[in-house]
Amino acid sequence: MILDELGASTLRVSTPLVFAALGGLYSERAGVVNIALEGMMLVGAFAAAAGTYFAHDPWVGAAAGMASGMSLAAIYALFVISLRANQVVAGTAINILALGLTPLLCKALFEVTSSTPSIPLSDRFHSAPVVAAWILVLVSWIVVQRTPAGLWLRFAGENPDALDSAGVRVNFVRWVAVLISGGLAGLGGASLSLFLSSSFSRNMTAGRGFIALAALIFGKWRPVPAAVACLLFGCFEATQIRLQGITFPGGGSFPVQFVQILPYFLTILVLAGFVGQSRPPRALGLPFRRE
Amino acid sequence: MSGKSVQGLLSALFGVLVGLILGLLVVWGAGENPLTVLRILARGAFGSRYDLGMTLFYSTPLIFTGLSVAVVFRAGMFNIGAEGQLTVGTIAAAMAGILLPFLPMPIAPLVAWVCASLAGAAWGAIPGWLRARRGSHEVINTIMLNFVAAGLCSYFALYPLRNLQSQNPETRGIASQFKLAPFPLFEGAPVGWALPLALLMALFVWFLLWRTVIGFEWRAVGLNEVAARAAGIDVARARVGAFAFAGALAGMVGVAEVLGNSGRFRVGFSPEYGFMGIAVALLGRNHPAGVVAAALLLGALHKGAAELDLETDRVTRDLSLVFQGLIILCVSAEGWWFQNRRRKATAGSQKSTGVVPASNSP
Repeated sequence: MILDELGASTLRVSTPLVFAALGGLYSERAGVVNIALEGMMLVGAFAAAAGTYFAHDPWVGAAAGMASGMSLAAIYALFVISLRANQVVAGTAINILALGLTPLLCKALFEVTSSTPSIPLSDRFHSAPVVAAWILVLVSWIVVQRTPAGLWLRFAGENPDALDSAGVRVNFVRWVAVLISGGLAGLGGASLSLFLSSSFSRNMTAGRGFIALAALIFGKWRPVPAAVACLLFGCFEATQIRLQGITFPGGGSFPVQFVQILPYFLTILVLAGFVGQSRPPRALGLPFRRE
Repeated sequence: MSGKSVQGLLSALFGVLVGLILGLLVVWGAGENPLTVLRILARGAFGSRYDLGMTLFYSTPLIFTGLSVAVVFRAGMFNIGAEGQLTVGTIAAAMAGILLPFLPMPIAPLVAWVCASLAGAAWGAIPGWLRARRGSHEVINTIMLNFVAAGLCSYFALYPLRNLQSQNPETRGIASQFKLAPFPLFEGAPVGWALPLALLMALFVWFLLWRTVIGFEWRAVGLNEVAARAAGIDVARARVGAFAFAGALAGMVGVAEVLGNSGRFRVGFSPEYGFMGIAVALLGRNHPAGVVAAALLLGALHKGAAELDLETDRVTRDLSLVFQGLIILCVSAEGWWFQNRRRKATAGSQKSTGVVPASNSP
C-alpha cells in the first residue's frame, strides 16, 4: 500500500524532470551546454498558469508554457550561437533573467508578485503529463538514435567540422535543438504549475532544472537512461516528502536534507567515474565558426 | 594599459550600456517611465549616508565572490560554486561564534575569519581536485556542490544549532565578542570591518596573481595548460590551489554576514551573491580593480531596486535581476559587429583547447 503510493507519487514528481531532462538532451547532444533549463522551466510554469487562468483550458496553458520556454531559448540561442557568448555565463544570465521577469509579469497581470491565482481542479491536468512525458522519451530515443536528423544532432555535438563538411549548417542544427530544448523545458514547467500544484509561485522550480541536468548526466546523455535517472531522483523527492510528515516519538523530525542532497551527490560521483563513467559530447560548450 | 585591455574595457562598457537600455525597455513595457525609475534607483542607492551604506553592505559580499570567480577564471576554469563556498564559510563563522564563546575580543573575530576561510577553501578544493585528478568538469561539480552545501548547512541550522527562540530557520546567535561594530559614518547601515577586509583582499589577489610565483603558475595554466605543463608547472596543484583560494575568498562572506550583520547563520540569507559574483567578475574583466568597481555597480543596483516596491506601481525590486541578466548576456556576447572585425585580423588564434572554450581564457 505504502509502496503503491510511493510509486504513484514518484511517477508524478518525476514528470517535470523527464520533460526538462529531454530538453537538456537535445541542446547538449547538439553541443550547446544548457544550464538555463531552470529559467526555461520557470517561465514555462508561469506562462502555463497564466494561460490556463485566462483560457480555462490546461492545453492552452501547456502551449503557452511551451511557447514561453521557446522564446527564452531563442534569446539564449541568439546570444550563445549567433553572438558566441560563453554558454555557462549566458545560461546563468538566462536563469537570473527568468527569476526577475516572472514576478514582474505576475505583478503586471495579477497585481501581486508572489503567485498567480489558484486554478480550479477541473482546469488542471490529472494524468496527461505523465503519459506525454514517457511518449516523448520514446520519440526522443527514436529521433536521436534512429533518424538522419538525430545523426545531424549528434554530429553537431561530437564533430561539428565533419557535419559542416557534409554540407549541413551546424549553427542551424544547434538553433533548432536549443528551441526544442526550451519547448520541452517549458512543458516541464507547465507540468509543475498545472499538474503538481495549482498555481505558479515565485521561484517554484527551486532547482529542478539543475536536478534534470544532473539526471541527464547521470543517464550519460541518452534519452532512456536519463528518464530512468529522473525516476530515481523523483523517488528521492517522493520519499523526502513522505518523511517530512513523520515525527519521532521524542518530538524530533527526520532531517530530510540528507535525502534532498542525494541527486547532486550521486551526480558528482558518477561524473568523477567513481560509479560508472559519464562522458559529455566532445564539442559540448564550444561555439562553432567556419574556418 | 595595453590595447587589448582597453578594448576589453570598452566592450564591457558597451555590454553594460546595451543591457541597461534593454532593461529600461522592459520598464517602459511594464508601463513606468524609465527616467523616473532611473531616478528612484539612483536615489535609493546613493540618496543618503544610510543608503550609501546599504549599497556598500551589498557590495562587500560581491567583492568577495567576484574575486573568487575571477581567480578561478584566471586559472582557466569556471567557479559557479561561490554560492556553496560562501554558504559553508558563513556556517563556519557562525559555528565558531557559537561553539567557542570563551575566546577573548581581539582573537575571537580573527578565529571566525580563519574558520570561514578554511571552510570555504575546503569546499572550493573539491571541484579543483575532481578536475585535476578525476577529469570531471568543474561547472557541473560546482553547481551540484552548491545544492549539497545548501542542504548540509540547512541541516546544521535546523537541527544541532537551531535557534529555539525563533520560528525562522536560523542558528543561535554568536557570542558578543565576535561581533564587528558598524562604522557610525553610515548612520546604522551594517557596514563594518568586512568592507576594508574585502578591499584588502582585492589588493592581495592582485599581488598574488601578478607579483608571486604561485600566481604566475595559476595564470600560466589558465593561458595555456600544455605550455605550462611543458614548463614544469604542476598543473594539478595549480588547479586545486586556485580553487581552494577562491573558496576561501567566497567563504569570507561569512565575516560580513555573521560578524558584521546578523550575528547568526540564516537559511537563504544570500540573494544569490555567488551567482552575482559571476557577473561581477565578467564586468570587471577578471581584474581585482574591475571587480571592486563592478561590485559597487551591482550593489547599487540591488539597493536602488529595493525602493521600487514602494515607489512605483508597476515594477518591483525584481527589476534588479532583470537588469543583471540582461547586462551579463550583453557583456558575455563576443560576436558584436565591431568584435567580428577585430576577430578577422586575429583569426586562427581562437582555436579552442578543451572543455573550456577559448573565449573564457582571460
